[in-house]
Amino acid sequence: MTSKNKWLSTPYIVWSVVFIIVPLGMILYYGLTDTTGAFTLDNITAIASAGHAKALRVSLLLSLVSTLVCFLLAYPLAMILARVQVKRHNFIILIFILPMWMNFLLRTLAWQTLLEKNGVINHVLSFLHLPALKIINTPAAIILGMVYNFLPFMVLPLYNALAKIDINVINAAHDLGANNLYTFVRIILPLSIPGIISGITMVFIPALTTFVISALLGGGKLLLIGDVIEQEFTRTSNWHLGSGLSMVLMIFILINMVLSAVFDKDGEGSML
Amino acid sequence: MNKELIQLIDISKSFDGQMVLDELNLNIHENEFVTLLGPSGCGKTTTLRILGGFTSPDKGRVVFDGRDITQIPPNKRPLNTVFQKYALFTHMTIAENIAFGLKIKKKSKSYIDDKIRYALKLVNLDGYENRMPDSLSGGQQQRIAIARAIVNEPEVLLLDEPLGALDLKLRQEMQYELIRMKNELGITFVYVTHDQEEALTMSDTIVVMNQGYIQQIGSPESIYNEPENAFVADFIGDSNIIPATMIEDKLVSILGTRFACVDTGFGTNRPVDVVIRPEDVILVEPAEGTIQGVVSHLIFKGVHYEMEVQACGFEWLVHSTTLFPVGKEVGIRVDPFNIQIMNKPESEDEEAVIIDI
Repeated sequence: MTSKNKWLSTPYIVWSVVFIIVPLGMILYYGLTDTTGAFTLDNITAIASAGHAKALRVSLLLSLVSTLVCFLLAYPLAMILARVQVKRHNFIILIFILPMWMNFLLRTLAWQTLLEKNGVINHVLSFLHLPALKIINTPAAIILGMVYNFLPFMVLPLYNALAKIDINVINAAHDLGANNLYTFVRIILPLSIPGIISGITMVFIPALTTFVISALLGGGKLLLIGDVIEQEFTRTSNWHLGSGLSMVLMIFILINMVLSAVFDKDGEGSML
Repeated sequence: MNKELIQLIDISKSFDGQMVLDELNLNIHENEFVTLLGPSGCGKTTTLRILGGFTSPDKGRVVFDGRDITQIPPNKRPLNTVFQKYALFTHMTIAENIAFGLKIKKKSKSYIDDKIRYALKLVNLDGYENRMPDSLSGGQQQRIAIARAIVNEPEVLLLDEPLGALDLKLRQEMQYELIRMKNELGITFVYVTHDQEEALTMSDTIVVMNQGYIQQIGSPESIYNEPENAFVADFIGDSNIIPATMIEDKLVSILGTRFACVDTGFGTNRPVDVVIRPEDVILVEPAEGTIQGVVSHLIFKGVHYEMEVQACGFEWLVHSTTLFPVGKEVGIRVDPFNIQIMNKPESEDEEAVIIDI
């Protein structure tokens, strides 16, 4: 961009200073001070306490499982989408993006209604004389909510990466004697790594930090690290501890982002 | 002539109701450099893809060395393909690219290493083993694609416009390289291109295609000197295609003037087309010419001058090393053996010409 046009970015710079830089600075300040304003690392080391460590472990586990499930669901779909003729694929992609346009809370609440003990699904099951589903307020419900909400974020980067592979590269592998499995393992999978990394990042980070899904579908029985932080800010009003834990969470996010930057040089995930 | 290696028998293929190939028949011989030549959409790439196994024909058979391979998938066919835009595996080194086919065949490490060295030497890229494809120029990538294919010792190498993305100078260099490689390897090359100069330079046999039909099959010389119809004449090089009447054997009336020619068997007083190559039109003083005209355009082309001469209501394209300025009156003469007589096409879609090559 020429220097003449630089002023056009002013509104965005103001926005990011007010709503990104300043809040981050505040978290940093609160996280490293106690109620008297003195410097301390207690808020950060608090992650090691039994309750917090367990919440972090559970969060990591549930978001990893959700990410894996998303990947296993999305990869075959993205492969099909990438090879469908242009005329039709826009429509199919639309179907997968459509839920993303609806409010996230609304969609999660809908699942709550569906899964409840006296919810829609159990009504149907009892009508069919089938045993009721006891899934609400369990880790499985949380994973279901995460997968449902974040699946499109896995599909799109994978689709982008797979659609970019020249069909003749795959033909060349067959031509040189490779069967379908060998071609997939040696050619398609390695060439789609940037998309895989982007997809994992875009599912794992929101899954790791969510508190809405666990609150609505987990019934507050299972505390995720996101719930803990939320409670420190809203109920306990301990902004210092909340900020400290947020900073710990941020480290995990940063690790993921660095990995993603290393592998996704072409920015396959940047379409979103 | 060597024995027949590949036979395409009554191959038809259509995409979305559009006929791309219509009952195509083609025989390819061992150790031959065959070029499928034609404008885009003529069916040449489809023919190659059917040979490679990437597209299956709606109808017809592909026979390889007496064996029907129509239903055999590409990975089981004894031929390899060099794709347009190279199709290298960008996540692998050059050595890994070349070794890809050999590893599938479970060759020993030392065999593979020898082959990689040999192939890189053949394509003049010694020492590139550990480079990545992206760090190579277009011409180098193309040569790696060839190396990757030939290490598998295919009996036939299919090349799909492999030089299309290269600049003119490199393209000419690669043409000589390909001829050299073919002679060194002693295998059959089936080459697809829309570039008539490429086809003339490299081929033993040229198959001129248009609209899913084979228009003419022959050596470069016969295709150039004796085009069988106006399409071939027009597609291969510059030409004057002039409506004429065959008066009798060895005598043709062009634009109302009688010219001696060498063709026979077209009957008497029959409308035909004649082809006269621009370099075969001889410009002389008006009194010495068979017909007279005036030079209307002049362009210097390097080796020769390109002139347009208005004579008898036709614009003659002339290539000559002698300069005749614009506005000068000239005479036109054509040697009898340089007048090529062709039947008029019966319809827009030329009839398929089925000939063994």
